[in-house]
Amino acid sequence: MNTFTLDDLVVIMRAGGGEDREELQGDILDMPFGELGYDSLALLEITTRIENKYGISMPEDVATSVRTPREAIDHVNALVRAA
Amino acid sequence: MTAAVVTGIGVVAPNGVGTENYWRSVLAGRSGVRPLTRFDAGGYPVRVAGEVTEFDAAEHVPSRLRVQTDRWTQLAFHAADMALTDAGADPSEFPEYDMAVLTSSSSGGTEFGQHEIERLWSQGSRYVTAYQSIAWFYAATTGQLSIRHGMRGPCGVVCTEQAGGLDATGRTRRLLADGGARFVLTGGTDASLCPYGVTAQSANGLLSDSDDPDRGFQPFAATAGGYVPGEGGAILVAESAEAAEARGAERVYGRITGYAATFDPRPGGRDADGGSRLRKAAEQALADAGLEPAEIDVVFADASGDPERDRLESMALDRLFGPRGVPVTAPKTMTGRLYGGGAALDVATALLSIRDGVIPPTINVPALAPGCDLDLVRDEPRPASLRNALILARGHGGFNAALVISRAH
Amino acid sequence: MSTADDEREPVITGIGVVAPGGVGTKQFWELLTDGRTATRTISLFDATDFRSRIAAECDFDPAAEGLSPQEVRRMDRAAQFAVVAAREAMADSGLGPGLGGVDPGRIGVSIGSAVGCTTGLEEEYVVLSDGGRRWLLDPDYAVPQLYDYMVPSTMAVEVAWECGAEGPVSLTSTGCTAGIDSMGHGAQLIREGSADIVLAGATDAPLSPITVACFDAIRATSPNNTAPESASRPFDLHRDGFVLGEGAAVMVLETKAAARRRGARGYARISGFARRSNAFHMTGLKPDGREMAEAIASALDEAEAPAGDVDYINAHGSGTRQNDRHETAAFKRSLGERAREVPVSSIKSMIGHSLGAIGSIEVAASALALHHQVVPPTANLSTPDPECDLDYVPVTAREHPMNAVLSVGSGFGGFQSAMFLRRAEAL
Repeated sequence: MNTFTLDDLVVIMRAGGGEDREELQGDILDMPFGELGYDSLALLEITTRIENKYGISMPEDVATSVRTPREAIDHVNALVRAA
Repeated sequence: MTAAVVTGIGVVAPNGVGTENYWRSVLAGRSGVRPLTRFDAGGYPVRVAGEVTEFDAAEHVPSRLRVQTDRWTQLAFHAADMALTDAGADPSEFPEYDMAVLTSSSSGGTEFGQHEIERLWSQGSRYVTAYQSIAWFYAATTGQLSIRHGMRGPCGVVCTEQAGGLDATGRTRRLLADGGARFVLTGGTDASLCPYGVTAQSANGLLSDSDDPDRGFQPFAATAGGYVPGEGGAILVAESAEAAEARGAERVYGRITGYAATFDPRPGGRDADGGSRLRKAAEQALADAGLEPAEIDVVFADASGDPERDRLESMALDRLFGPRGVPVTAPKTMTGRLYGGGAALDVATALLSIRDGVIPPTINVPALAPGCDLDLVRDEPRPASLRNALILARGHGGFNAALVISRAH
Repeated sequence: MSTADDEREPVITGIGVVAPGGVGTKQFWELLTDGRTATRTISLFDATDFRSRIAAECDFDPAAEGLSPQEVRRMDRAAQFAVVAAREAMADSGLGPGLGGVDPGRIGVSIGSAVGCTTGLEEEYVVLSDGGRRWLLDPDYAVPQLYDYMVPSTMAVEVAWECGAEGPVSLTSTGCTAGIDSMGHGAQLIREGSADIVLAGATDAPLSPITVACFDAIRATSPNNTAPESASRPFDLHRDGFVLGEGAAVMVLETKAAARRRGARGYARISGFARRSNAFHMTGLKPDGREMAEAIASALDEAEAPAGDVDYINAHGSGTRQNDRHETAAFKRSLGERAREVPVSSIKSMIGHSLGAIGSIEVAASALALHHQVVPPTANLSTPDPECDLDYVPVTAREHPMNAVLSVGSGFGGFQSAMFLRRAEAL
């Protein structure tokens, strides 16, 4: 798999958290998910979608430990590299 | 006892979304029953239904909430918004624990649930969405409305199938009367017109197999042969009379003055007097309201559409009011039966009748069945000065409920 | 409370329980007081591919419990639990199946359930969709009871038929507080005079693939598949989620006056009940326990009981970090110093979390605790979470004098409920 990018993440965030999310534009890399309107449940949904799409397994506490899109992207890429 | 009043109505019905749209349709005898379009029902025993075609969730529900809710809850979101606007009430102005949500649910988020079971069995457990845990269960609508409007008081969910709308409204009255809350969102909705919902409904043996939208649901008619399913319902704003007065509520549609619930004996068991428990519910609701039968000016009937159940209800009304002793109507002939939302919509309709002094018609009943000798208001609305209305509802398995609403002073 | 109100105070005079570890109230109470756990690897279906593969299952043979072949065919597992529990409760009350010849119109039923007949619904869906492969189903394969499965109210219908109720009958479905809310509703029917006898309780049988999968999806259940017997660890630092359970409890409620008249054994009086909602999140809880505290305060208020009257708290104690801290805060907030003085325990450590049913099962446990003057323990509590610093009665049951017990519940939708029970030895 190629590198997991912000664009990839945004596609999954829209699918798992609601598609008409105007706030997912601009510089969101370091914005906390909470400020982007994504609660714990939405993050769990996004996590599962990423796992299913890329065939990786994220840690149990990922939804609470990963706070921003940048952290999520780094996390996924590390897992994909290790796989 | 503190009076419970209704100050806001939100309707999502097959023949109209929005109270006035719906009410215009009802008075014009316009039906929302049409061939089923939600899925290809060609191979199904039921092919007509009352679909809420005017409702577009994308227009009324934020996408963040859409992904985590079934259509049944989405309909309630919109109905609640309309009811609150209608009431001119801003929930943020009430003490948080004085507000509650108490809805009826017949079968929960059926369509959402079907999608997720399908995903589980076709793709595997990892493909079940995180939102299944909050979308399918029967409390989803009450929980979501409570969160959306900041209502932290004693919330509830009652399941008595098609009687639920009256039970929810009756319990709301009690909550307001004993000071448990001052401002309540009540009523209910339903949206089970997906393949699994319709398949399960047709297993109850009461659905009509007619392809003709005008023939599928003819309660009390000689040609009655079951009912047509529908979706939708109504959410009401109910308040204690003091709360409504204190905030200067723009209008009071009516008071909730009486309520009772009873249960039928087990089939095949003791019931010397068929339909006696439905009548008992009505009698107890009247007693609760402190009214004599002569003071009831209209009855919104359960109107099953099943010949035997129609006969039992007619007999109950005959015993209580005398032969053709009260005008009876069933505007649900224009929507189909809405399960958890049906009786709630009847409450809304009865309140509008009282407001405008007119009894809405029953449609598609060309001739009354023998044994159903009712003063059924048919085809055209009938003007009448209405002080009190009795609403009846029955739920699958033997639930009976009766609610009395009265004109505001 | 006036004297007339007091005479209508609802009393629990009969208890029936179907719980993991054994069918029947006696087996249930023995399991709790022995501190045994009934959690194990799921055997009801093949859970190999699931994240959490453990649960507290009931060893339930419907035929052995007296259900006829027709009843078994007609009813979903959850309805079967409810009927068996209702029969035991009626026998236990001394009234028997006829409920002492009470006018059927004065008998009510209030059953709770979170997920209704999900198990039956899922099984039938698999057939109708030919293994989940078809969105459009084959209605020709629909069984007659499919609609009974679709509407959870049929479980209240079955109980009503058992006891001949012709008064107010309903099912309450407020998720995981359904079982405490249904008891509260039943108590209210007695108190307000809508019924003289109420069968109140709750049932759930959620151990089917779809429900196990939905809690997998939000990682709420324990993935401790290698040690199922110790996986449910409320208030323990090493807890990692709740363990699903199943079961039912149904109780006979009647007025204090009627119970006294017939010399009935009273387990407990339902003196106060209240519920609140957090209006915060469908699954999330704020750490301050504010709304649960408000429910507790309001239940005590109804009972006209100061915090000092609470002698034991039967906690929600699901074994999620979020819950355990939330309710510990709620106890301190509502009861002040009293929270530190009284034992608090979670029976979910032994019988898992049976969603809506558990609220009634916990009320039954609370009533039995009052009756026997014994507090059931919190099993598996070996390393206390420093943030949960109350007396959670680790591992071993405790004899403890009690006049009153508080039982609480918390659930999805943000619902928080509290019930205050008093001893009923002398009616």
